[in-house]
Amino acid sequence: MIISAYQTHIFVLIFIYIILAVSLNLALGYTGLLNLGHVAFFGIGAYTSALLAIEGMPYLAAMISAGLFASIFGYLLVRATDKLKGDYLAMATLGFSFVVYSLLLNLRDITRGAMGIPGIPKPSIMGLAIRSNDQYLIFVVVVCTISVYLMYRTVNSPFGKLLEANRDNALSLRVLGKNTFVLKYKAMMISAFFAGISGSLYAHYITFIDPTSFYISELILILTIVIVGGLASIRGSIAATVVIIYVPEILRTLDLPGSVLGPVRQALYAVILIAILMIRPRGIFGKVDLE
Amino acid sequence: MILSCRDICKSFGGIRAIDGCSFAVEEKKITAIIGPNGSGKTTMFNVISRLVDPDSGSIEFKGQDVTGLKDYELARQGISRTFQDVKLFQNLTIMEHLQIAMSDSDEKLLASIIKGGRVTPERVQEVMDLVGLDKPHGTNATDLSYGQRKLLDLAIAIAKPHSLLMLDEPVAGVNPRLRESIKKTLRELNGRGESILLIEHDMNFVMDLVDHIFVMDAGKVIAEGTPAEVQNNPRVLEAYLGN
Repeated sequence: MIISAYQTHIFVLIFIYIILAVSLNLALGYTGLLNLGHVAFFGIGAYTSALLAIEGMPYLAAMISAGLFASIFGYLLVRATDKLKGDYLAMATLGFSFVVYSLLLNLRDITRGAMGIPGIPKPSIMGLAIRSNDQYLIFVVVVCTISVYLMYRTVNSPFGKLLEANRDNALSLRVLGKNTFVLKYKAMMISAFFAGISGSLYAHYITFIDPTSFYISELILILTIVIVGGLASIRGSIAATVVIIYVPEILRTLDLPGSVLGPVRQALYAVILIAILMIRPRGIFGKVDLE
Repeated sequence: MILSCRDICKSFGGIRAIDGCSFAVEEKKITAIIGPNGSGKTTMFNVISRLVDPDSGSIEFKGQDVTGLKDYELARQGISRTFQDVKLFQNLTIMEHLQIAMSDSDEKLLASIIKGGRVTPERVQEVMDLVGLDKPHGTNATDLSYGQRKLLDLAIAIAKPHSLLMLDEPVAGVNPRLRESIKKTLRELNGRGESILLIEHDMNFVMDLVDHIFVMDAGKVIAEGTPAEVQNNPRVLEAYLGN
């Protein structure tokens, strides 16, 4: 490969986070669901895939199961929060993130709690083992391309236009005979499905997961990517993922002590977010206002 | 009768917005509900279109009791309505608005992705011509003037498959030329056999256009009849002008 092992690692993460960010944008930017539970779907996908693969399920089946299991939780979340909007929906979905985090931490018999799950097997697709990071990068590029293409087709279909209409004015959509609950749960299930897929890719790449991988700091990172890239813009989410994941890596060239590097990186996310909100309130390629 | 409302009551807290209101709308006619501000006209519209639950009473549409239906279910039965304040999808284009209104299968995800939209630009143009909206299909709703947004709102209601068109103040705030244009459109629709129920404060517009009028005051129907009958009704004059 012409890129270093470290750069390969960063690129793998970028492609995983592209799926995660685009899927959040589908719910948040396109459908108008202020969902702060996305990180929980990421975690549900990661744990589902890891546990099933450890039990011997073939990787592709484990990955699809991770997406499906996360999407079931997506449906349940919409069912439970159907009457809520705006800040109230945000608070309820944030609560969902905390509940899932708490379950991952306390269902020790299944998740091993704070000890996490080590030794998650690397994927093997129809007998072809993906061992090196270079191979994983190719694999994740393929999955990311398929995932983003499917989400692109979804948001650009007549169904996708209904999602945007729901975001802009749900009442007007209902008097046109559209069932907005069906639209919302379908959007959330698609969004959660792909978050689950990205969780699976993450778990089998890192080969170790614990509940802290799916907590508030991750949520802030994904939200920052979507807001910086712009709501209702897939290319915005892709561009912002590259910027947000790659730019902080430049800090490594500054030779900062390890204890400082983490906080400085978090501060840099905040600076990028504030700068974007001040200069371009709709983000890099955003189509709608952040309300 | 295409629509019948019987003994509808609706209170908000201690305020009785509709107080035992009954009326029926004839098929293929233009019917108006008029009355002073606060008489319960818009609440009645919201009850009929199921945005508000009545406390009591029943609603029949095309001979079927629709009182228990949800708003979108009733809309699918064939009621199309506009709002007093124009409610558009601010980030969508004219074309996208009318495609959404015309299509009845977009919620089916896979079919929508595989087959795409089945509404042609020609059908969209036909409706735009009918209401006199002369703008490119790709124009965003936020780039339209108030009058043009009002026309798009009317176009959406017409484009949606329906048996009854309910218009809440269709000419409020529009200039006289546009008012005449909207009147002409509604006459044309009625000439094609459409049933229209409207609320309007512009009496010249109402008297010149409609076949039948219901007058509401304090949540009740106080008079009904042809424009000529209503104009000379002492109870109507009292409601508008006081004793």
